[in-house]
Amino acid sequence: MHTKAYALYLKDFRSEIRTRYAVNSLAMFVIVATSVILFSIGNETITQSLTAGLFWVVIFFSAMSGLSRAFVSEEERGTSLTLQLIAAPSTIFSGKLLFNIVLVFCMNIVITLLYSALFDGFAIKNLALFIAAFFFGNAGLAIASTIIAAIISKAGAKGTLYPVLSFPILLPLILTSVQLTLMSFEGASFIDAKFELAIIICYDVIMLTASYLLFDFVWKD
Amino acid sequence: MNNYILHVKNISKFFGRRLIFKDMTFEISNNGIIGISGDNGSGKSTLVKIIAGITSPSSGEIVHQDRGEEIIPEKLHNYIGFVSPYLVLYEEFSAYENLSFFSNIRGIKLNIERADFLLEKLLLFKRKDDLVKTYSSGMKQRLKFIFALIHNPSLIILDEPTSNLDSSGKDTIYQLVENESKSNIIIIASNEQSDLNLCQREIRLEDFKQL
Repeated sequence: MHTKAYALYLKDFRSEIRTRYAVNSLAMFVIVATSVILFSIGNETITQSLTAGLFWVVIFFSAMSGLSRAFVSEEERGTSLTLQLIAAPSTIFSGKLLFNIVLVFCMNIVITLLYSALFDGFAIKNLALFIAAFFFGNAGLAIASTIIAAIISKAGAKGTLYPVLSFPILLPLILTSVQLTLMSFEGASFIDAKFELAIIICYDVIMLTASYLLFDFVWKD
Repeated sequence: MNNYILHVKNISKFFGRRLIFKDMTFEISNNGIIGISGDNGSGKSTLVKIIAGITSPSSGEIVHQDRGEEIIPEKLHNYIGFVSPYLVLYEEFSAYENLSFFSNIRGIKLNIERADFLLEKLLLFKRKDDLVKTYSSGMKQRLKFIFALIHNPSLIILDEPTSNLDSSGKDTIYQLVENESKSNIIIIASNEQSDLNLCQREIRLEDFKQL
């Protein structure tokens, strides 16, 4: 299954290079959102907790602007049927998830670099904890966004439905990620953050399991 | 001749309260061509989608067997070739890239000899490296046949197979269908009498509309 999922990921990657369906919207959103935040702050110095919150706000809305592409573009172009005819649902979900994971990690590395360069409050004292929060937060974001994209791709008002449906599902993940990011700014240890880390890891595992179990029903008419 | 059997057992389909067909039962085995006929909107496409495992029936059961073993739904796509007007291939890729990606996603190596043979047969060989978006509707239809046949499926489902094709294209398709029917099962859903003339048996959807 891994080889087939990887083949689907490669197909999506090539398609993305040729169509720039997701990358352009993601890049535009990151640039515009970061610029708006910078203009609105002006010369004020913002607190670390606000910086951590704004960091994940930009990540959340960037994800909303690009990650639905995995399934929505297939549905809009009418190629969903083609995919159904060449692969098992679990292969399709794995391939699309792999694509979204790569996309979300690339996007968020860029956001992190931009924040490090532009915001004084973005000073990481415990890098290992920040990396853990970044890794598990992004993995959860990719998993949840992929299954939600599959659900909304069959609906009429896709653009509106995606953030609306995503918000309650992603809220526990975003809140925990904000908390962990703030703790990494404050220099908290892994022992101090064990409760938040346990929540975020459990979220990822539950979301991944539920997604694989549900995808068959979502994908088939 | 293959050892493929398709059992359609008492299937019914409703969209909401609207009956599409009811209590349909038939069996096809080994090889041959079976036709599905009916007026526009009578449910031909719905029936072939149900047979291909893309849509679920409201009731009843479809069983696919290969060499006496039941095929699980996760593996069904490896046994089925499908052509329809609503099937869309990736327009940002060339014909060859499409076929290569499809084979890789199926987990098999692209059979270049077969791909070249089919591309040649369907007059697409010279355009195999051009993007699909530059193809005419007839060329896209012919490419769908290559997509359906490239992995040597045992069950080939053709929904309105000759739509968008000119008369020489239709003749080529009829020749291909007759060749494939010697070793595989072919289901043709169509309104065209010339398509249905190929069939050894015909299922009329009007016969399954009684509540």
